[in-house]
Amino acid sequence: MSAAPMRGRSRTGWSRAVLRLACGVIYFFLMLPLLIVFPLSVSSAPYLQFPPPGLSWRWYENYFGDPVWIDATVRSLGIGVATAVVALLVGVPVAFSVVRGRYFGRAFIDRLALAPMIVPAIIFSVAVYGVFAKLKLIGAWYGIALAHTVLALPFVVIVVGAGLRGFDIDQERAAIGLGASRWQAIRRVTLPQIRPSLVSAAVLAFITSFDELVVAMFLAGSQMTLPKKMFDNIRMEIDPTIAAVSVLQILLIALAVVVSQRFGRRIGTDATPK
Amino acid sequence: MSRLVVEGVRREYGPVRALDGVGLAVEPGELLTILGPSGSGKTTLLKVIAGFETPETGSVLLGGEDITAVPPARRNIGMVFQNYALFPHMTAAQNIAFPLEMRGMARTEIDREVVRALDLVALGGLGERLPRQLSGGQQQRVALARAVVFNPRLLLLDEPFGALDRKLREAMQLEVRRLQRRLGLTTIFITHDQEEALVISDRVAVMRAGRIEQVGRPPEIYERPANSFVAEFVGESNLLFGTVGARKGDDLEIGTEDALTVIARGEAPAGARVGMLVRPERLIPGEAGRGTVNLFRGRVLETVYVGSSHKFRIRLDGGRELLVRAPAMAERGAPAVGDGIAVRFAPEDVHLFRQE
Amino acid sequence: MAAAAEIARAGSGHRARIERRRQMLTASLSLPALALLILLFALPVLRLMGLSIEAGTLQWYQKALSESLYLQVFWATFRIAAIVTAVSFLLSYPVAYLLATTSRVWAALGFVFIVLPLWTSILVRTYAWMVLLGRNGVFNKILIDLGLTDQPIGLLYNELGVVIGMVHVLMPYMVLPIYSAMKRIDPSLIQAAEGLGAPGSRIFLRIFLPLTAPGIYAGCVLVFVLSLGFFITPALLGGGHVMMIAVLIEQQVHEALNWEFAGALATVLLVATLAIYGLTRGLMRGAAEESA
Repeated sequence: MSAAPMRGRSRTGWSRAVLRLACGVIYFFLMLPLLIVFPLSVSSAPYLQFPPPGLSWRWYENYFGDPVWIDATVRSLGIGVATAVVALLVGVPVAFSVVRGRYFGRAFIDRLALAPMIVPAIIFSVAVYGVFAKLKLIGAWYGIALAHTVLALPFVVIVVGAGLRGFDIDQERAAIGLGASRWQAIRRVTLPQIRPSLVSAAVLAFITSFDELVVAMFLAGSQMTLPKKMFDNIRMEIDPTIAAVSVLQILLIALAVVVSQRFGRRIGTDATPK
Repeated sequence: MSRLVVEGVRREYGPVRALDGVGLAVEPGELLTILGPSGSGKTTLLKVIAGFETPETGSVLLGGEDITAVPPARRNIGMVFQNYALFPHMTAAQNIAFPLEMRGMARTEIDREVVRALDLVALGGLGERLPRQLSGGQQQRVALARAVVFNPRLLLLDEPFGALDRKLREAMQLEVRRLQRRLGLTTIFITHDQEEALVISDRVAVMRAGRIEQVGRPPEIYERPANSFVAEFVGESNLLFGTVGARKGDDLEIGTEDALTVIARGEAPAGARVGMLVRPERLIPGEAGRGTVNLFRGRVLETVYVGSSHKFRIRLDGGRELLVRAPAMAERGAPAVGDGIAVRFAPEDVHLFRQE
Repeated sequence: MAAAAEIARAGSGHRARIERRRQMLTASLSLPALALLILLFALPVLRLMGLSIEAGTLQWYQKALSESLYLQVFWATFRIAAIVTAVSFLLSYPVAYLLATTSRVWAALGFVFIVLPLWTSILVRTYAWMVLLGRNGVFNKILIDLGLTDQPIGLLYNELGVVIGMVHVLMPYMVLPIYSAMKRIDPSLIQAAEGLGAPGSRIFLRIFLPLTAPGIYAGCVLVFVLSLGFFITPALLGGGHVMMIAVLIEQQVHEALNWEFAGALATVLLVATLAIYGLTRGLMRGAAEESA
């Protein structure tokens, strides 16, 4: 009995301190790349230098002044939005189908819808590239958006599917019993209630597309997307413009995450203690 | 106000027969309770009537019309779900307006009807609240208002008071009863609570394993159960089983399995195997004069003080246990555990039923 | 009797008809997604795999699995995946343990550190690592300033750089399943063991570790399989010096224009990926839901 408090002390003692210290270092390792781009983006040095010799907004001006960067950004935003819209239009029905259905083949469709998450991106990209090249779709923004939709579909099915599983089906029954058609019941009762999942799914689909490089590398042709432009820049001529772009991208994604946390089902942090 | 008739309804889930040939008639304006333990099929029966389940065989007739194949949205049946199923993203008023909107009623008319329905359930002024801003009892009332606002032909209530505490539950039972009488609604009420069934119903149908065991007015169900299942499920009971012996005037002499001799009023041929029910409140503690029949002696095993009454579990000299409920006595006068005790009951207080 | 039987039959037929119609309707909701997935995903991937045996021989597989140049690529890919998995596990387990045992506020803050990188573009992070690890990068500068070395050491454009970048990207996929496995452990179990007088190290080895094994397993499979197909990080941080399968496939298509060989390589990679997943079906979904 008397040993228990001693163990209690030792647990909050040196071994716990070592654990905390180790985790602090690991957290630092995780955050370091995110933090480093902020000072870099406001450096006055024309090449990579750390710490920056002086402050300057020139890399942001570079970015906003360069039509290639702006074109790529606008194109990526458009493709991202199109991906989110199509992924929802296609993904929400299939989520309904696999959650509610009891038909033969349901398990197969479920697996197939999640498969793009498992198959390495390079294989999918090369495969689609082969087909789109034949169809002369290389460089078409909607071709990229369709391919991105395939990649975003698993996230939509998982998030919306989870929302539907948590939804009390008696609600829909009640609506139908009160005189609503099935479609009215879904539109007026089910969809408003799984709206958080829909928002999260849309944000996830958008980010999947907005961040996506490998598919775009093959399908974009001469039409730059933002990740492709970043990739080329990193490969060719590292100047701090890329840091400025990185900062902007971090801020945009942060905004998207805030939107989805505010209006959506909690994502990414689903495992946080309740 | 419509008469509901259910005929020969069967519903199977794989090898499980949820409904095994159920027949039932509910008269216009009547409140019929379906009472049964969980898994007895009562919720499935309700779903069949509401149209959420289609039976393999059998039919459902409402007001003489066969609605077995009519989709639920066109049955015009109001239903209150076990968990209320209020739409959490709509206010109380919007919830109540929902069925009227679905029927394409004009906005001004809807608003008028909603106000009336809110007043009907004494929720005037709370229409703009969301369900989560209402108490359990208030949510219950919104669900009720939503189910009756469109003048349904039939009202279905699926264990609506399960989540409420005892006091609120009793108040809501009376309120539902008043509302149902006032609107003259044909109503089916589902519960597993036998006390609630007795309090609220015109008639009670007792279900077990997908079948209806007995239908009758509450006193009939309580006093004259059709079999031992109904006897045990409804109220507390002393059940004895035996064989009919000699007839003594109006009474029968019955030898029980535990070698007791019971005198019971009733009709049964000699040699028949019968079950006997004596409710605990029919057992009277204390000695009586000579010639008293059905007098048994034993010892008190356990006493429970319930406030308005005392309950005793006693063991007769032959080993048989009986449950006795007597009006509460002064504490000094009440028998204690281990005391010797005598109990008796009148032959007409024994209910005979056929033994299964 | 006959009439009753007829009604019964009719009723049963009616029921079956309604049920069939409803299921058909529900099934049809999956048609747009099914069309998209078959036309844009399944068929193109199968076609790519088919290219490798179009000639009617297995020569491209022979090439891939016998020439030492390519065997080295496979070996490097598996080796890097294994190292990344091991390092991720070693870093993730203590973090998951701290998250599972610390107070709510600290855990929430810890999750911000885990999830924020997950939400940041891989390109941004990879770029940042190049800045940090380069010859004139931050780390080398610090090392030289501290006098630990007078020549910049090679942290970038080699396997070390690739491993660092990949661990950074994949660590969250390891932390989350291990964390949820730890959270599922009933704390009274540990207390019971303590009450029985077991020392802390024994409790950890005999109870905590085995009970978190499913999470470890799920995390390791996820990280290993994702590592096998990695492209961006090796392409940038490897700088052409670290060849992994994905980079090789890209080269075969973009530079060598050898689709048949790319198809063979893709088939090998896909079969390896699916085989490893096949061993762990079910774990996938849970892990994916946690990271989504």
